[in-house]
Amino acid sequence: MDQVSTIATVWAFIIAFAVFVYVVMDGFDLGLGILFPLFPKKEDRDVMMNSVAPVWDGNETWLVLGGGGLFAAFPLAYAVLMPALYTPIVAMLLGLVFRGVAFEFRWRSQRERNRWDIAFAGGSLVAALAQGIALGAILQGVQVANRAYAGGWWDWLTPFSILTGIAVVIGYCLLGATWLVMKTTDHLREKAYRLSWWLLFAMLGAIGAVSLATPFLDVEYARRWFAWPNLLFTAPVPIAVAAVTALLLQSLARRQDYRPFVLSLVLFALSYAGLGISMYPYIVPRSITIWQAAAPVESQLFMLVGVSILVPIILIYTAWAYWVFRGKVDPQSGYH
Amino acid sequence: MFDGLDAIVLARAQFAFTMSFHIVFPAFSIGLASYLAVLEGLWLWTGREVFLNLFNYWLKIFAIAFGMGVVSGVVMSYQFGTNWATFADKTGPVLGPLMAYEVLTAFFLEAGFLGVMLFGLKKVGPRLHFLATLMVAIGTLISAFWILSANSWMQTPAGYAINDAGQFIATDWWKLIFNPSFPYRLVHMVLAAYLTTALVVGGVGAFHLLRDPKRESARVMFSMAMWMATIVAPIQILAGDQHGLNTLEHQPAKVMAMEGHYQSHPDGAPLLLFGLPDQKNARVDYAIGIPKLSSLILKHSLDAPLKGLDTVPRENWPPVPVVFWSFRVMVGLGFLMMGLGLLSLWLRWRGRIYDYRPLHYFAMTMGPSGFVAVLAGWFTTEVGRQPFTVYGLLRTTDSASPLATPAVASSLIAFVIVYFLLFTAGIVYILRLMAAPPHSGEEGPRGDAPSHAAGITPASGAANYAQR
Repeated sequence: MDQVSTIATVWAFIIAFAVFVYVVMDGFDLGLGILFPLFPKKEDRDVMMNSVAPVWDGNETWLVLGGGGLFAAFPLAYAVLMPALYTPIVAMLLGLVFRGVAFEFRWRSQRERNRWDIAFAGGSLVAALAQGIALGAILQGVQVANRAYAGGWWDWLTPFSILTGIAVVIGYCLLGATWLVMKTTDHLREKAYRLSWWLLFAMLGAIGAVSLATPFLDVEYARRWFAWPNLLFTAPVPIAVAAVTALLLQSLARRQDYRPFVLSLVLFALSYAGLGISMYPYIVPRSITIWQAAAPVESQLFMLVGVSILVPIILIYTAWAYWVFRGKVDPQSGYH
Repeated sequence: MFDGLDAIVLARAQFAFTMSFHIVFPAFSIGLASYLAVLEGLWLWTGREVFLNLFNYWLKIFAIAFGMGVVSGVVMSYQFGTNWATFADKTGPVLGPLMAYEVLTAFFLEAGFLGVMLFGLKKVGPRLHFLATLMVAIGTLISAFWILSANSWMQTPAGYAINDAGQFIATDWWKLIFNPSFPYRLVHMVLAAYLTTALVVGGVGAFHLLRDPKRESARVMFSMAMWMATIVAPIQILAGDQHGLNTLEHQPAKVMAMEGHYQSHPDGAPLLLFGLPDQKNARVDYAIGIPKLSSLILKHSLDAPLKGLDTVPRENWPPVPVVFWSFRVMVGLGFLMMGLGLLSLWLRWRGRIYDYRPLHYFAMTMGPSGFVAVLAGWFTTEVGRQPFTVYGLLRTTDSASPLATPAVASSLIAFVIVYFLLFTAGIVYILRLMAAPPHSGEEGPRGDAPSHAAGITPASGAANYAQR
């Protein structure tokens, strides 16, 4: 691999990393929003929202980095995927608008609080579903001609993309429930435990369904997963999923605080790695590889300097912000 | 409903709409973040409670405005791809890195420290909290740096080449970032943000002075805001003039549109104060102008010749009526702002600044004028760039995605409905917060202030926090 291709590959990993950080970070706060209707009491909702209020903005910035990074490092992929995913992307953005404003608006009016709770829950659900659908639509491939999207504006909608949409919603809910286990006390925590059990089984079902469906979407995926010697690398993924699930069940049974959330994140990481194995080296499956989509090396190098210096710094102060607001949320703070 | 409108017109409408909504919030939060840093700094320095009360008062408003800026901004970062895919493919290698640097150096900084700034005073103590406030304020300025660099490159591209795939590629990043119009645009926009915020703060201060001229918090914020208006408004007019001269050099057609000069003026061009540009017949109806003044302003000579749009191929004309009028709105408001600043200075000198009610009514009326001026300024520069997205190089009609009209139309309708619903609510909440005066023991966004702030000093405050 020459230097130019290596830099493009590095960039593919950077974008993948940004998207993954986004998924795990905004995943739990979107999931928490989706679970809102199950917690009808105002006091519970106050605590839930306060558990993510200081960090949600930073979490969402990783989505901007994912989108902006794709635009910068792989402009062709960005230019093809965005029109292909037009409707889910617009739906996701509108969902994020609703839930984003709810964070501030809900504290500003007693009378209209319920309305913003609905906006928060509905926006979270739409955003999560749209992200899952977008994922499915990318995996199933899009039509490309002359450096542009060549399909129709409903191509994204298939049973498979609906399946991935539901899977992502369930996964985010699991992250949200285990986050609540970690951040809350008393009856809120009890309820979050119970939900985590159900959501874990639902998540396993979703992982199973998507894993079974993916290899049969396209010959390439099946060959990548099952051909020898690839099997050496792909086989550990399902085995690890089984192991992590066992640990997660155990930590839920032992009613631990932190481990259910951390293990749910690991479960996400494994699913994500599985998706990566399926896609690599394509950035638009079946049509465009990461090397074809790569921006000129001058652009990728110029940004690589910034990324390698700035991302570690960002991770440090982000960790600091989480550290400041560590531990259980005090139900007394945040009352008016 | 959309018969005869093509996808490009709708995509432009969508960009203009979402952008106009978005720009209002950053313009406010850039200025407000700096104002908050000043207030907190003054509180730490002097220990006067009024500064802490004002800080917490404006912090609640900042939280709402910033939230609306973030969510409308996320929309922008994806819109290049959804509606302007060809533009994204061609300019991605050049503009993408600038925006990536904006995310890395500014957005993360703001977002990372925002939580502490909003909710963390008790948890980290005043000094570390002040650091968080400073980081957010610096983040907003860094953000302005990168996004204005990207915008300026679209106006005055430099430091690039074009590759075989038709993409712009960088040949010199320094020239690309510091392209010819960037320094002028950056200064003009940051000053605009400061001025806009000063006018809002001044308007709110005036509103509360009208109800109670003795209220200390209202006096302090009004006085601070009027100092800003006095000092910044004239500087802004000079900066705008310099920006205009720069535009004349690099984008003459835009200046012709601003001036309404369809025809060339070989011996001194008039400055039109009023007129109705008629694009079809290339003339300005009912024009009222001052002879030769335009030449004096732009060329520093009464008889200097000025070229008109008749020297530019018709297919390269920007739509003159929009540019002509938005420019006049901006300049008119600019002079009104300077008038407000000078009047307040004179009344300050006469010792009447807190009880001369006409001044307060004037300041209150001018409260939202900064937003109007900012929007008018952006209309001038962006519509003046037409019919290009990258000036002289990439036409708007060649920039759009291969999109079906119904897709763009329905998303446009969705954005319009959602934005009006949500942002109306947000503005109502902000106005409600503004309607109540800052009081002693003012609380932060989640009731995060000390419960008895009376007589608090930063030192005793720190001790209080430590005990909690």
